[in-house]
Amino acid sequence: MLTFIARRFLYSIPVLIVSTFLSFTFVSLAGNPVALLRNNPRIPANTIHNIIIQNHLNRSIPVRYAFWVRDVFTHKLGNSLATLQPIWPDIARTSGHTAQVVVTAELLAILLGVAVGIFSAIRQYSPFDYIFTAFSFLGYAMPTFWLALLLQIVFVDIYLKWNVRIFYTAGLNNPHHGTWSIDRLQHIALPVMTLSIISFALYSRYMRASMLDVINSDYVRTARAKGLPEWRVIMRHVFRNALIPIVTVAALNLGGLLGGAIVTETVFTLDGMGYYFVQKLQAGDLYAVMAYLLVTSVVIILFNLIADVVYGYLDPRIRYD
Amino acid sequence: MTEPTPVPLGKPVAPVERTVDGMIPAPGGLMDSTVEAGLEVTARSQWSYARRRFLRHRLAMLGLLGLIIIFGAGIFANYVAPYSYTEIDLNNILAPPTTVGHHFFGTDEIGRDYFSRVIWGIRTSEEVGVFVAFASSLMGLVIGAIAGYYGGWVDNILMRITDLVLTLPALAILLTAAALLGQGSQWRVSFILAFFFWTGLARVVRGVFLSLREKEYVEAAKAAGARDIRIMFRHILPNTLGPIIVNGTLAVAAAILTEAALSFLGFGIKPPTPSLGVLVAGGQTNPQQWWLTVFPGLTIVLIVLCVNFVGDGLRDALDPTQRRIRA
Repeated sequence: MLTFIARRFLYSIPVLIVSTFLSFTFVSLAGNPVALLRNNPRIPANTIHNIIIQNHLNRSIPVRYAFWVRDVFTHKLGNSLATLQPIWPDIARTSGHTAQVVVTAELLAILLGVAVGIFSAIRQYSPFDYIFTAFSFLGYAMPTFWLALLLQIVFVDIYLKWNVRIFYTAGLNNPHHGTWSIDRLQHIALPVMTLSIISFALYSRYMRASMLDVINSDYVRTARAKGLPEWRVIMRHVFRNALIPIVTVAALNLGGLLGGAIVTETVFTLDGMGYYFVQKLQAGDLYAVMAYLLVTSVVIILFNLIADVVYGYLDPRIRYD
Repeated sequence: MTEPTPVPLGKPVAPVERTVDGMIPAPGGLMDSTVEAGLEVTARSQWSYARRRFLRHRLAMLGLLGLIIIFGAGIFANYVAPYSYTEIDLNNILAPPTTVGHHFFGTDEIGRDYFSRVIWGIRTSEEVGVFVAFASSLMGLVIGAIAGYYGGWVDNILMRITDLVLTLPALAILLTAAALLGQGSQWRVSFILAFFFWTGLARVVRGVFLSLREKEYVEAAKAAGARDIRIMFRHILPNTLGPIIVNGTLAVAAAILTEAALSFLGFGIKPPTPSLGVLVAGGQTNPQQWWLTVFPGLTIVLIVLCVNFVGDGLRDALDPTQRRIRA
């Protein structure tokens, strides 16, 4: 197991290098990184010249990439070229907010999705099953940004019509309220709802399929033949085994959730990583964009690794050696 | 694929008797008695079985009907849309949906008819979807075939690339690529999407090639002196057509959804080209005018829903392990 983890870990390093180098090349070619500074009349030309020299912007892209990698390790992701401010505080702040939203949405979606998947499988082709099948088809077809906008419209309307504030439709929290306050909850409720509805469709379908797979297996027939009560067959023999593939689905869905967070945070102007990324991409802020791509890639690769390890632990038929 | 042996016989007198699961009775059993009775048994190819299964798939038929209507409206946009997508009606600014002046979906803040804009947006979306599906299928097919057939380092590199695409924050990478290359033109956006979409199909095609290149008939073809290209495209490729068609269909939906997200965030298709994503983004600036958000978004949902239904129907129909014709 340890050698497997080590091998996977080492293997993801070249993946990271190749992917960051490609996106670095992309973003570097996209535009002039000092264009924003040039537009500012208060910055004299020789200051810009110094910035170009200091940041090696006159060198070739591979050299700049090497300097960027050095900055990532020694200087906490380096400075933004557009604002000349360090990137790390922004990333640290926004990633916390994104994590709060994404983790809540993911937990909610998994809990509900697994529960609905179980009942859909037990009562296959019942009205309950059909309703949620229709719902998940809709969830697959629904653009995330549209769902977010609809929720926003509805709650803006409720506020304007009846002057009731159930959920806020923009921002992160009002002043003097912290990370764990009712106020914050009212703010992140709609982004969380958006993300979890989309993921819920996925989880309930996978759970249903996985349950049906196990229900029709031989050992479940054996368990029933032994005369075990049905709830016990479902809970002990079916549910626990059907849950295993969900681990992989959840890890693979993380990339989708982070993509969904980009859209959702932009709609709700929530101070998260996704919104930060979109703003920096619009501004052509090379190193900030790279910081986002690096951090999210590392998180996704890490979670895929964790999922593989957990999968091997849960399913004794799989041995890594 | 094994063709059932044709049984040429006289005119059909009565419908062929079928076994419970809808299969034509195997020769030797019931067949002989029907032959004696002068009944005809029509030989069916795998494709005709697939066609019949598809035509009896209710949801797929519903999806197909919806697609014909929606895509038809897009193709004939200049006849269907009551206005052009730039025409301004100053008497009706931010008008709610009404039949007056044919503003079925209302008008936007400078009085452009939203129904017409949505219809033209459908045309853009369907162009993107179909182009991406074809281009990415072609790429996935060729690359998957080469990797699966030859194996070795080609295969290794391909699998590393598909891994790379799988482990990256997809939307962020697409946004970055679009910010650099794709701004504005729908064809540039389509190229970028196609470039990211081929990996899924390449994996599937590779898998099929990997297992089929060991089959006896491939060996026979080799012994007969067939060249690699001929074996790959004439002998093995037909076996992968099922997954390719299903994948291509679903790629249309995925491409339309992704294009809409890119355009919504302002990195995809740019105005004045009407795109459904751009239209939804336009609705965001006027949250009180719900029709500006609801109608273009609903159109996306309907298109994707219909494409997914058709894709599911095709998947069920083209699965060669399934001979049953759905009632």
